[in-house]
Amino acid sequence: MSTPQLIDARGPRIMAVVTFFVLGLALLFHSTLLMVWQLLAFATAAIFTPPQGIYGRFYRAVIQPRLKGPVPSEDIRPPRFAALVGTVFALLALAGLAFDVKPLFTIATSFALAAAFLNGFFNYCLGCETYLLIARLRSRHTPDYEI
Amino acid sequence: MNSALVLALVIAAATGYGIWHKRTRGRIKDRENSSYTFSIEELGTTLGEQATLVQFSSAFCQPCRATSLILEQAVSNTPSVKHVEIDAESNLELVRKLNILSTPTTIFLDRTGKEVARAVGAPKRDQVINAIDQLQRI
Repeated sequence: MSTPQLIDARGPRIMAVVTFFVLGLALLFHSTLLMVWQLLAFATAAIFTPPQGIYGRFYRAVIQPRLKGPVPSEDIRPPRFAALVGTVFALLALAGLAFDVKPLFTIATSFALAAAFLNGFFNYCLGCETYLLIARLRSRHTPDYEI
Repeated sequence: MNSALVLALVIAAATGYGIWHKRTRGRIKDRENSSYTFSIEELGTTLGEQATLVQFSSAFCQPCRATSLILEQAVSNTPSVKHVEIDAESNLELVRKLNILSTPTTIFLDRTGKEVARAVGAPKRDQVINAIDQLQRI
């Protein structure tokens, strides 16, 4: 397997806790503003990698210098994948708000909230549990073309 | 439905799932009834003399790296036991046959290549060493 790029593993955990609180408030108050903010946080982490995203920059500037002890490292790809999944759910939630489809907003936000909660407090790995299932489903629907 | 109630339900459900997940992941379970025997083509290499630990990994899997280190270390003093890492995504047919749903999944094979145990999630070092001991006695 290829050598992965490694990052400070504490960053994504702390970012997940922040995400949990933002999404919790967004769910409580049906806040478009908070949802747009969280979408930007997810999307910047997915596009530019988690350390370059909004929360990643905040973590490196404010929190990381204050942390002591050994720095655990992790592969950059799992948190980036989680941010991509988060982007999709945030877009669905915003679509629910924009078109006044409340169940869509509630369900999409609840799933993203549960994932952020599990990631932040239980060190849950979204990519481990979902990526293989997605790959299995995708390959089942891809026909094998023979020339 | 009331938003505060939804929030409370989501947190309660996620907490329950999180606790269950933490308890069950990484546990090595006997699979004596499994009839699956790996071929050398599927493994991409030869079997270990006494046992083989086959780890299925994927790119977006954070504990796969830790699992790889644990298994590599566990087999380092026992040359008759081999650790093989397989990329799940590029072996989807095998993944389906073995009904693997998440990564890391480690399959413990006896000397003939037959599955005897399985761990979903990162297994604990002591449990891996125990499992290797048992496999060497078969």
